[in-house]
Amino acid sequence: MKVMALTGNEAVAEAMRQINPDVVAAYPITPQTELMHRFTEFVADGLVDTEMVLVESEHSALSATVGASAAGARAMTATSSQGLALMWEILYIAAGLRLPIVMPVVNRALSAPINIHGDHSDTMGARDSGWIQIFSENAQEAYDNTIIAVRIAEHPDILLPVMVTMDGFIISHTMERVEVLDDDVVKNFIGEYNPKYKLLDVKNPVTMGPLDLQDYYFEHKRAQAEAMENAYKLIKEIDEEYYKISGRRYSYVEPYEIDDADIILISLGSTAGTIKDVVDELRLKGLKVGGLKIRVYRPFPRDEIKEFLSNASVVGVMDRAIAFGSPCGPVCLDVKASLQGTSLSNLPIVNYIYGLGGRDITPKDIIKIFNELEKVRISGEVPNLPRYVGVRGEENYIEQKAKLKIKN
Amino acid sequence: MNELKKWFELPVGAVIDEPGNAIKYKTGSWRTFKPVLDKSKCNDCLICWIYCPDNSIIVQDGKLIGFDYEHCKGCGICAEVCPDKSKAITMVLEHQ
Repeated sequence: MKVMALTGNEAVAEAMRQINPDVVAAYPITPQTELMHRFTEFVADGLVDTEMVLVESEHSALSATVGASAAGARAMTATSSQGLALMWEILYIAAGLRLPIVMPVVNRALSAPINIHGDHSDTMGARDSGWIQIFSENAQEAYDNTIIAVRIAEHPDILLPVMVTMDGFIISHTMERVEVLDDDVVKNFIGEYNPKYKLLDVKNPVTMGPLDLQDYYFEHKRAQAEAMENAYKLIKEIDEEYYKISGRRYSYVEPYEIDDADIILISLGSTAGTIKDVVDELRLKGLKVGGLKIRVYRPFPRDEIKEFLSNASVVGVMDRAIAFGSPCGPVCLDVKASLQGTSLSNLPIVNYIYGLGGRDITPKDIIKIFNELEKVRISGEVPNLPRYVGVRGEENYIEQKAKLKIKN
Repeated sequence: MNELKKWFELPVGAVIDEPGNAIKYKTGSWRTFKPVLDKSKCNDCLICWIYCPDNSIIVQDGKLIGFDYEHCKGCGICAEVCPDKSKAITMVLEHQ
């Protein structure tokens, strides 16, 4: 093990160097560019055996990765934002063909208006595409999750593609202390990739992606849904194995000061780190607050959510994306759905939409949120619609509504 | 088609791991027009056999003997490529 000063992008590139994929296809997009820039340097320097394919778009990047993976190669790509959006068609194909591709996604806002900074709109849009999604709080987690993702994707009872995300710029371009495992430790952990079916195995010819009509399509999709369930069961075993080689224990969710917490704030990605700091600060003042970070977002950790919220009086859910036209943000929808029909059906939940287009979320904002949740706890009055945090005009808007006695 | 399999009995990712199993998939019911052979006009040039996209021209000892109606989709390519001087294959409406 060695300690390095790395940005999130560099940490993931380092993980990719150690994974040494057979094929990587990529197209540059901010803020992912630096990640692939670093990795292609490893290729040019002969530090990896990877066949690097430079393509003309992200649609081609993922298509080439799908082709390589179907041929029997360990294949990777990485992207952000519009790039992920352009991959849309192939996302479903990679998942449907059950190809264990690992793709780091550096989260960035979606156009229009054009914006290069971090929010979760890109991966939230792809949340139901059949990919496993793992969110990283910092560069260390981005590094660890990338290595773990290879094992998750390639598990014979899972065989699904995995997105490993980190917040654009906030994590991707911030230099942090990262503990990097020894090359051979990673090599032994991920092992050899020996797929059951490969197109280049001419002695055992197969057809991939054939026409599948009314008589079988549904059965194949049902099997794909079960693979996601298997992932939900098996990820913890792979995390446990990773703990043994790294000393870092990961789980579907990470509770923080939650045991006696009345107020719990749920979040994904880098914001979870800020929340931990605020929780420490408020705890010193005697407030019983806690944080719950969702690391594995797909498959959604429904049982863990129930377990860790069981003693809460009020819950806030942070969404760094809008699900336009939906009653609340995507994470909040999943949390509410997980609690529906359980003893926690009536738990007050407030949704907070924040940080779009890289808008900073500060400790001050989070203190405000905790204070509002405390008011909700005392009054029992739960806002139905999402609160928009850190957007100019929102407070005036709410005041205006209150005057008009419109219940929000 | 054989008895339909259950979702947990299928190869992963809808892979077809048995080469040539399209033979089990009977596509004859797709047909609107079916090819009919007038053997007296046929000189066994077998151009239809070359062109048939569904392996549905049955040939024995170098001679055209008929069509595999379980798989022929009735595309009419055989009738189209049958040389003008023979015109041994005609397409007729099914169920007439």
